Formats: sequence, structure tokens, C-alpha cells
Amino acid sequence: MEAAVADDAKPRLPRGVRLTHNEAQGGWVLLAPERVFKADTITVEILKRCTGEATVAAIVDELAQTFAGAPRERIHGDVVALLAGLKEKKLLEV
Amino acid sequence: MTSGPQTPDTSPRLRGDVDARSASGDGAMLTVEHPKDAPHPDPLTSKSDISDLDKSVSDRTRVNPSSVASGQREKKLSAPLGLLAELTHRCPLGCPYCSNPLALDPRSDELDTATWARVFREAAGLGVLQVHLSGGEPAARRDLPEIVKSVRDAGLYSNLITSAVGLNADGLRKLADAGLDHVQISIQDSEEASADHIAGYKGASARKRALATEVVKLGLPLTINVVVHRANIARVEPMVDMALSLGASRVEIAHVQYYGWALKNRAALMPTRAQVEDAVRAVEHLRAAHRGHIVIDAVVPDYYARFPKPCVGGWGRRSLNVTPAGKVLPCHAAEVIPGLEFWNVRGHSLAEIWRASPAFNAFRGDDWMQEPCRSCALKEKDFGGCRCQAFMLTGDARNADPVCHLSPHHTLVEELASERADDAYSYRHLSASKSRDVKEPVHSGLQAED
Repeated sequence: MEAAVADDAKPRLPRGVRLTHNEAQGGWVLLAPERVFKADTITVEILKRCTGEATVAAIVDELAQTFAGAPRERIHGDVVALLAGLKEKKLLEV
Repeated sequence: MTSGPQTPDTSPRLRGDVDARSASGDGAMLTVEHPKDAPHPDPLTSKSDISDLDKSVSDRTRVNPSSVASGQREKKLSAPLGLLAELTHRCPLGCPYCSNPLALDPRSDELDTATWARVFREAAGLGVLQVHLSGGEPAARRDLPEIVKSVRDAGLYSNLITSAVGLNADGLRKLADAGLDHVQISIQDSEEASADHIAGYKGASARKRALATEVVKLGLPLTINVVVHRANIARVEPMVDMALSLGASRVEIAHVQYYGWALKNRAALMPTRAQVEDAVRAVEHLRAAHRGHIVIDAVVPDYYARFPKPCVGGWGRRSLNVTPAGKVLPCHAAEVIPGLEFWNVRGHSLAEIWRASPAFNAFRGDDWMQEPCRSCALKEKDFGGCRCQAFMLTGDARNADPVCHLSPHHTLVEELASERADDAYSYRHLSASKSRDVKEPVHSGLQAED
């Protein structure tokens, strides 16, 4: 696994990776070169915030507010794990 | 799952979802699916090593009450994920492993721009997510920018599968401006003279490097596709190094699949078992060495496998192939099977074809299966392998793909794999007079066959 994603990184989807909604496929999908990933609701919430402007820390703060009740530390861990996995698959620029 | 970005209600669930999926080793809360198996510039058929990843496709299947096949029980129809658009059979290259059919569609029969646009809109309505623009060489069509735009306008992801010969920096920029999402360039070898010999086109290798550089400069993601056979199989590592140095984010190592022209050239292309084993080890090593830097996908060498590939993810389950003249096939080689009735986009909507065309229904489900497939525990996983290969090698498309070691015809595959001859390639060829609008010099080393 690559190094963890830093708090001040500003993740974004690179060109050629797009999040889109498709009724016939039953929801949100992440389209990438030769690959399609089905994204669950949490993934969508995270990816929609990966605009290249928000930092990881800001994304985590916002999610912690939106999903009040989840400890920030845990959300942080989950977000970083997701983003690191996507980065390794070349689905995210950090 | 339900549609829409609904807000999850409780925090434990947020964490639970992440943990659950991460534990699967897939790294994230995502289900991996591969929408297409067939599309390649130098088309191959399928990627056996990724096949078991489409579980959610079957989860999404639904009962279709208007199922057509006469006398059969209701069939579950899944939504297709990918569409391979063979825009033209014209191609400046002559690669001997091309899996285009031996009888190529002439230019005069090609679908026009507006018809392709309609096909893409209909595909989107069916659930298709990605369109693979292929051929032949798609850049041989002057209306390629309009075609790319129509893919984007339909809300679909566009993947250009190109030889890079016949497309310059200006042309590429127009495609990028039209909304192109991804470019895949084939290379024939890391050694230039060998690469040009395989392509049957002097100077092809240099053009490919030049266009790859332009793709990266424009910020488009680049896949390098390498078709592996006896002449280049020893150079898997330098070919992956070449992809890395060109700035590719993904590389496909695709062992030749023997259809069309490749079947014709089988004895000249077939590697030895030892060469194949070395190449497979090389890929494993390279994957580990370049993890996080480049994605390496591999198409396994069919004839040396013990189990068959789940060809195109199952007949009529995940993908459609539209020929230059508008015929819709379940896979690009399907026309070799006699007796199948294919429908054309000129006469039917894509939805009608997907649901009701006899060719698509011919091998859906398992009613057609014989032993050893019928009672096999793996039949939902590999669907009995490739129908075309079963026909070509055993004479009956309903047989198990003889690549499977359980097939009574399996020894035939072993015999065929041992047939090697250093014959001159029979280059794939569509007569030059019909290929002239590819603005490239007519290459040397290409023997006319018609």
C-alpha cells in the first residue's frame, strides 16, 4: 500500500474517471479506463467532495458534521483508507 | 442498492460499510466490474483473470416478462455494461493476430454518423456505461470527433482504441475537446524493427510513441495494449517499461486469442508452454514491482489454460458488439457460428436486439449446455467458456470450450498448441483502394489477398 493520504492533500478525480448515476445499473457508478465500479452511498458522499479544492481534513470535518454521531477519528480513518485504495488503483489524484 | 445518494442514517453503518468491503481486500467500498472483455484494437476476447468480479451484475438481473425465445422459460436479462463500436474495418496496420473476421465490411457499408449517435443514445437507455470506439482503425473515419461527441452527449464514457497510425496531435486534440475519456494505444514490441514487422507497417512504432506522448500531454489517461505471441513474448518486461516511460497509467498484457486472422496465423504466433510460463511469472513480478504506479491487466493464454475464460462475461449478459455495417453481435467473433440470426441497428432498436434477437438468446442461460458443462459447479462462473472457440475447434458451439481440461476434446487444444511453424505472417488486409482516406502512406510489406 502506498503511504497514507495526507490531511492537507486535496484529492480529486483525474481526467478519465467520472462519477455518474445510472438508473438501469441501479445507482451510482465510478467510470474509469476499462473499468466500472459500483459506488455505495458513503463512497458517493466522499467522492463528491473530492473536487481538488477541499483538503482531506475539510472533507472529514464536513462528513463528521453531516453524519453526527460517528467519531471524527473513525471517519478520518475510513476516508483515508478509501482514498488510498483509489489512489493505488489510479482512480484518484492526491 | 437503491439509487440516489441517500444520506446514511447511523454512524455505525458508515464505519461498518468501509470495514466490510476493505476486508475483502478490494481496498474500498466499491464493487469491481469490468464492462467489456472483447474490445481491443487488435481485438482479443476476454480477460479470464478478472472475470469473477461481476457479482453485482447477476444481483441486478430482473425477470423479463416479454422474453421472446419460443417455448423457453422466462429469462433473466441483465443490463449490458459495455458496447464495442467497430466504426470501420479499414486499418493501416496488418497485424497477423487481428481477430477481425476474414471477410471485412467495406467502407460503403459503414453506418453513418447519425446512426451511430442513435445507437449510443439507445445504448445509454439500456444501461450501457462505456463505449469502446474500435475497428479496424477508428481514426480512419473522418467523422470521429462527431462520433466521440455523440458518445458524450449520450452520457456515456468513451474509450478510443487506436493503432495511433492515422491520428496526429491535431486530430487527437479535437477528440479531447469532443469529450474523449480515455485512449488505448496498441504497441507490437519494444524493439522497433520487430514492432514494425509485426504491424506490417514501417514507421508504425515511432508514430505510436509520438501519439502516446500527445495523449499524456493533453492529460488524458493512457492505456498501452500489448498483444503477446511468439515473436515478442520474451520482452514482456521491456514492453511494460516502455508503457511506463510513455506515461501510461495502465497496461494490458494480452496473449493472442485465436480468432479471425489470428486463427489463420496460429502456427506462426503460438508460443511454447515454457515461454508462456515465463511471461506469466514476469507479469506477476511486474505487478508487484509497479504497484500504485501502473495498473497491469492480463489476458491469459487460452490454449495453455486448464479452465476456459468466461467469454465476454457470458453470452448476452454484459456487452454488445456493433459491426461497421450495423450488425449487433454478442461478441466480435460470433459470426463464425453458423445458423445464428443477427439483427441490424438499421432495422431494430438496440433494446429490441438485446432482448429478442435470436443470436443473443441462442446461448443465454444454460438450456443449451451439454455435459460436462451442464452439471458443472463452475457453469455460472465461466459459462462453459467461449462459444466461438467451441465451434471452431469441435464443430459444435454447444460443446464445452475445449480449453477446459474437462472437455473430451481437450487433447485437441494441446495438440494445436504444439503446432508451431515459422511461416511468414498472413497479414490482415482490407484492400488499399478502400483504405485511402487514412492519410498515411500505403505501407510496404503488406500482401494483397483479394
